Amino acid sequence: MNVAMSAACLACVALALLPLGSILYTSVDRGSRVLSVTFFTENQPYPCNPGVTQGCQYGGIYNAIQGSLVLIGLAAAIALPIGILTGIYLSEFARTRVGSTIRFVADVMTGLPSIVVGIFVYSLFILAANLGWISFNLVLSALSGAIALSVIMIPIVARTSEEALRLVPTATREAALALGIPRYRVVLRIVLTTGRAAVLTGALLATARAMGETAPLIVTDFGSSFAFSGIDHPSASLPLSIYSWTISPYANWQADAWGATLVLVAIMLGISVVARLALRQRFGRTIA
Amino acid sequence: MVSGRRPAGVTADARVRRLLGGQPFFQAWRGVSLALLLLFLVSSLLAHGSGLAATHPWLGPLGAVALGSGVALLGLALLLLWARWGTLADPFFRSLTGSAGATVLGIFCIVIVVLAYTSWPSLTEFGWSFLWTQTWNPNPDLPPVRFGALPFVYGTLVTSAIAMALGIPVSLGIAVFLTELAPTWLRGGLSFVIELLAAVPSVVYGLWGLFVLVPIMRSSVEPGLFATVGNLPVLGELFTPGPFGILGLDKLTAGVILAIMIIPTISAISRDALAAVPTDQREAALSLGATQWETTRVSVLPYARSGILGAITLALGRAVGETIAVTFVIGNSNHILGSLLAPGQSIASWIANQFQESTLPLEKSALLELGLVLLLMSLVINVGARLLIRRAPGFEGGAA
Repeated sequence: MNVAMSAACLACVALALLPLGSILYTSVDRGSRVLSVTFFTENQPYPCNPGVTQGCQYGGIYNAIQGSLVLIGLAAAIALPIGILTGIYLSEFARTRVGSTIRFVADVMTGLPSIVVGIFVYSLFILAANLGWISFNLVLSALSGAIALSVIMIPIVARTSEEALRLVPTATREAALALGIPRYRVVLRIVLTTGRAAVLTGALLATARAMGETAPLIVTDFGSSFAFSGIDHPSASLPLSIYSWTISPYANWQADAWGATLVLVAIMLGISVVARLALRQRFGRTIA
Repeated sequence: MVSGRRPAGVTADARVRRLLGGQPFFQAWRGVSLALLLLFLVSSLLAHGSGLAATHPWLGPLGAVALGSGVALLGLALLLLWARWGTLADPFFRSLTGSAGATVLGIFCIVIVVLAYTSWPSLTEFGWSFLWTQTWNPNPDLPPVRFGALPFVYGTLVTSAIAMALGIPVSLGIAVFLTELAPTWLRGGLSFVIELLAAVPSVVYGLWGLFVLVPIMRSSVEPGLFATVGNLPVLGELFTPGPFGILGLDKLTAGVILAIMIIPTISAISRDALAAVPTDQREAALSLGATQWETTRVSVLPYARSGILGAITLALGRAVGETIAVTFVIGNSNHILGSLLAPGQSIASWIANQFQESTLPLEKSALLELGLVLLLMSLVINVGARLLIRRAPGFEGGAA
């Protein structure tokens, strides 16, 4: 019985590693067929079937990478300050009912379905446009996509930076306060500096998650076939391009989807490895 | 660098005095008032005269004065903050971070309010019957125009149930392996590799599911299931092919992909819960002559029960809200079909498919009401999960 259960647990581990290995293998196998220098410098190609249509190009993901960088740059610019400040508040000042309410709400918000966040931002922009505050063409734009991504990122950044700052020993804070350093300086100069690696790692992981999000972008930032043309226009994004290429019936788009998948998976796994290495030097357990 | 070399009150007026070239206290503040008055006049005149009043009608004379006084008050506040930084710094910082926290709270409230407000037309039109109507008809030429959530709620519940049934045993097996059975040198690396499953974006799961998993399900797994279980009296109903035959695009495949996606969540939190069990428990059981498995079953797992239940509930919340991976493989059929081998539709995948294509305002409102239903489902599940995790003894429950 004992041996049977141990074997069963080992089988569970193998069962979980099987899809991971399959995903990695298929991405590398099918993605490397379209990977080349031009894959990173060209925009989305015209849809066609190679071998059937003459002059069918495979194109590239340049506009997708451009759009992704703009979207997560904007989303991070909004979400990181708010999230880290909330994390500071939760770890330094929130010993009250209000503080634990905010912590609970942030926890719950990390589990919001991303499609609900997308339709919420869409509705918000429509309501604002109906009131005349903004123009209607901002509803489907990179700006609304970035705001949707930042709504997803803020609770994650808040909770991970709170956990990171909590790991700084209280003795450090007390020593600084005993020297007469004002509270805000203790937090900014000493606590934040000590927990810097973990806070940045949490921010990095939240940004990586935003980079892989598709659902909110489907309903806010519509996706585009062209190069980036300003945050008030729709823009492409790497997961969004994978989505629209996969559900299409065109073989060159589907091949490009695998190439883009390879790039995206490589980026996400790379960030995970970097985060793990950065955290291991400081603390024994992972934060996120 | 330690601040406060001089008392704060002396420093404040000294700064203002230095700014105005060494004037005594009274004259310094006279100069400041003059500066603020100038700020008020300049901003009011700029606001009024810039021609913005043409496009923003509220910026008439009164509006310009209000804007000007607002700017002046802001200037006064900033000057006060700078002058009295020594005493005001800490409260200012606390209110800065507190307002960031209030923003998070506010975002949450705004999400609920906006969704309720925009789904109000559909809420008032259909009432509670929205939850048990099966039709989704946006076509005004084929009356009645009705929308209902039942097929989507059914699809969501079925796929999540399959994900739970498949994912929970595997994840618990992994967690037990990582905490009890694995050699120490293997634990860190193996748990990292399991967590890599969480790093894969859901669109990649969808792509892989569509091109790799679906053919496997279509050619081997589902015919096998149909052949073996499909002829049984009651259980066979669940494993008969759908109206288009065995396509591989059905609720079972969606459930399998969801199970793969929730494995890292459950196993990571369960591993933490199992690791938090004190070694005394294990040693007590072992000293009574229990085997490894008996120890785990009797003294470790019950102790970590709250944490594991919390992990399971959290993963249920993720499974309910998962959109993209499900959209690719669930078959997109708005009918309630009893078999697991038949296509279906989940709430999230329907919203993702239909939202951009809906033109009727009532349909948009119905989709938003569907989103509200999904939001409430995941809120209830998440709140339950967090309460369970918090109650787990000695277990902090990280930001998972």
